[in-house]
Amino acid sequence: MTQQMTGAEMVIQAMIDQGVEHIFGYPGGAVLPIYDAMFQQEKLRHILVRHEQGAVHAAEGYARSTGKVGCVLVTSGPGATNAVTGLTDALMDSIPLVCITGQVPTHLIGNDAFQECDTVGITRPCTKHNYLVKSVNDLARVLHEAFYIAANGRPGPVVVDIPKDVQFATGTYVGPKAVQMKSYKPKVKGDLDKIKAAIEMLANAKKPIIYSGGGIINSGKEASHLLREFARLTGFPVTSTLMGLGAFPAANPQWLGMLGMHGTYEANWTMHDCDVMLCIGARFDDRITGRIDAFSPGSRKIHVDIDASSINKNVKVDIPIVGDCANVLEDMIRIWRSEAKQVDKQALAAWWKQIDKWRSRNSLAYRQSNETIKPQYAIQRLYELTRDRDVYITTEVGQHQMWAAQFFKFEEPNRWMTSGGLGTMGYGLPASVGVQLAHPKSLVIDIAGEASVLMTMQEMSTAAQYRLPIKIFILNNQYMGMVRQWQELLHGGRYSESYSEALPDFVKLAEAYHGVGIRCDKPGDLDHAIKEMINVDKPVIFDCMVDQLENCFPMIPSGKAHNEMLLGDVEGDIAKAIDEKGKVLV
Amino acid sequence: MSNGASASHYPAQTVKERIERHTLSVLVDNEPGVLARVIGLFSGRGYNIESLTVSETEHRQHLSLITIVTTGTPMVIEQIKHQLDRMVPVYRVVDMTITGRSIERELAMVKVRGGGDNRVEALRLADAFRARVIDATTESFVFEITGNTSKINQFIDLMRPLGLVEVSRTGVAAIGRGPEGM
Repeated sequence: MTQQMTGAEMVIQAMIDQGVEHIFGYPGGAVLPIYDAMFQQEKLRHILVRHEQGAVHAAEGYARSTGKVGCVLVTSGPGATNAVTGLTDALMDSIPLVCITGQVPTHLIGNDAFQECDTVGITRPCTKHNYLVKSVNDLARVLHEAFYIAANGRPGPVVVDIPKDVQFATGTYVGPKAVQMKSYKPKVKGDLDKIKAAIEMLANAKKPIIYSGGGIINSGKEASHLLREFARLTGFPVTSTLMGLGAFPAANPQWLGMLGMHGTYEANWTMHDCDVMLCIGARFDDRITGRIDAFSPGSRKIHVDIDASSINKNVKVDIPIVGDCANVLEDMIRIWRSEAKQVDKQALAAWWKQIDKWRSRNSLAYRQSNETIKPQYAIQRLYELTRDRDVYITTEVGQHQMWAAQFFKFEEPNRWMTSGGLGTMGYGLPASVGVQLAHPKSLVIDIAGEASVLMTMQEMSTAAQYRLPIKIFILNNQYMGMVRQWQELLHGGRYSESYSEALPDFVKLAEAYHGVGIRCDKPGDLDHAIKEMINVDKPVIFDCMVDQLENCFPMIPSGKAHNEMLLGDVEGDIAKAIDEKGKVLV
Repeated sequence: MSNGASASHYPAQTVKERIERHTLSVLVDNEPGVLARVIGLFSGRGYNIESLTVSETEHRQHLSLITIVTTGTPMVIEQIKHQLDRMVPVYRVVDMTITGRSIERELAMVKVRGGGDNRVEALRLADAFRARVIDATTESFVFEITGNTSKINQFIDLMRPLGLVEVSRTGVAAIGRGPEGM
């Protein structure tokens, strides 16, 4: 299909041809022609956010909960720079996005024109790829390439910077089928010899573990299904990173919970003591490994990743397999079956016995109180009271995020949206806007902290405009809780600037944004208040006043290995548990 | 507890590996900004660039060849290659050092100023190194010399006591031996 149209019309047409239904954005001088073209059609729906960072996070939430590419439209200069945090967030968490930015007319580029910035220069390190389109006849090709790059290989954000004169100019539009990438062809099929070697290693394992990550989610629902199938076939224990929660069902007895800095005792010990590790769709991030020279010292490691540069970056592995998780898992299951592989049942039974011992340590235990709401208890009740519903969870960043990861149980992929790599406070509220748009009938909850949520609070206005009944569940401890926790551990309890002074009245704030505010500060009232929140068909801010000084455990402190983790009951000694060297590191 | 001086929550450089020097040939789309992408990758991830040359090689196919000489541990060199390889405008990355069958050349222009015995000695050495005189005044020469990096380094070292003024080098270009292309 080729036809003549303006650059602005091409943007809309390309979106429609790519199956986009919603685009998040904010107008401005350099994108007015695109907004004009948007006005004259009804297929593509624009969602007006209140800040460009919110647009990108909303698109991320949309993408993560649907598996589609999220789309953003912002203007030049400040529009583009405001989007940078969201783009970096999407790059770190491998979220497929296409972000259209307006640019000053081509003849003014480099002239320090009004609202000009070097968008491709600024976004080069925070995108998977970016383009400045200087001719309208390149535009259709570039737009389709952008979608291809965003979604294929390891997903990520792609910026297309379009000068205003290119938006006005008329040129030839081509459809997605006419576009062929010349240079970018990611490898999805794993090397069969290596997969066979991996199966051999796994079948002979005495103390195996499957360590999965966000790559399973990104690969699509089929990958989660295959992961479950492989785990069922082998009976191996499964743990996951923060990003991978939901890929393996939390209710399954083979599930050990999340691993890493705030992971469970059993997950971290199993990682430390295993003899064969299957890492699939995860990247040995420093929040996972702890001290690298003490990370799972006795194991042989298999690493499956679609991005070759993730392999042997932090941890040297024995069998590297470059490929898409679903593709590789499918081959693994097929080979396991066709070669009629058997696990060492006796060794595995002994291994599970050991794991159950670690499990019985009950590392997520906390001291319950009748006076104040414990944040862990709040999440537990939120989970119990919503578990029969179609629920999606987003979070901000900090203690509440870790408690949500520990206490909210996920059975399915794409239900958990959190900023893992970049750790962006303010992610959760706009992300929930995107999730709710994609799933209008579902219950979408942003588990938040009172400090994080204020960073993007303005998006409540977006929720109100589009009648999105998102639920903002704030664990309000009046501190930047994780900062305060670190200050307690590392800086002698000197709580420098981490107290949330002069907080707004969140109930009134909700009302000001045409929503409903609910406050709860007694454990006995919590169930009733949560039910009330669920039943409101409007945006809700739930101000859950929790224990101010609760710390997040278990925890692997700075400079320690997986088997040196701290549990909640050593709280009194915690300041002594980290040595001077460890204090230098976060 | 077993914490040594290297105790770190971040991946610490616990194993000191040897530093290697590798020459990488990178075939890229000849499009605006591609060099900035490559250099940005090196600076952003803290890799070293010892030498960098770039030029269009296939005009009709819009291809450029970037030759990078870099140093790092074997793990870092491996990372650099994978990081380059996953960039969208990159077609191929070839490690000329690992293939072992490559020729590397560099061109340098070397300005030497002086008179008397020094001047004669400079000319004599230039002759021995097959350097050509491409500019001369009564008190100076500019030599053009081609060769691998160590040959040029050696020539420059010899010129230093004879009145070396300045040097302009192209950086390394490399190509594989034999009939096959990249």
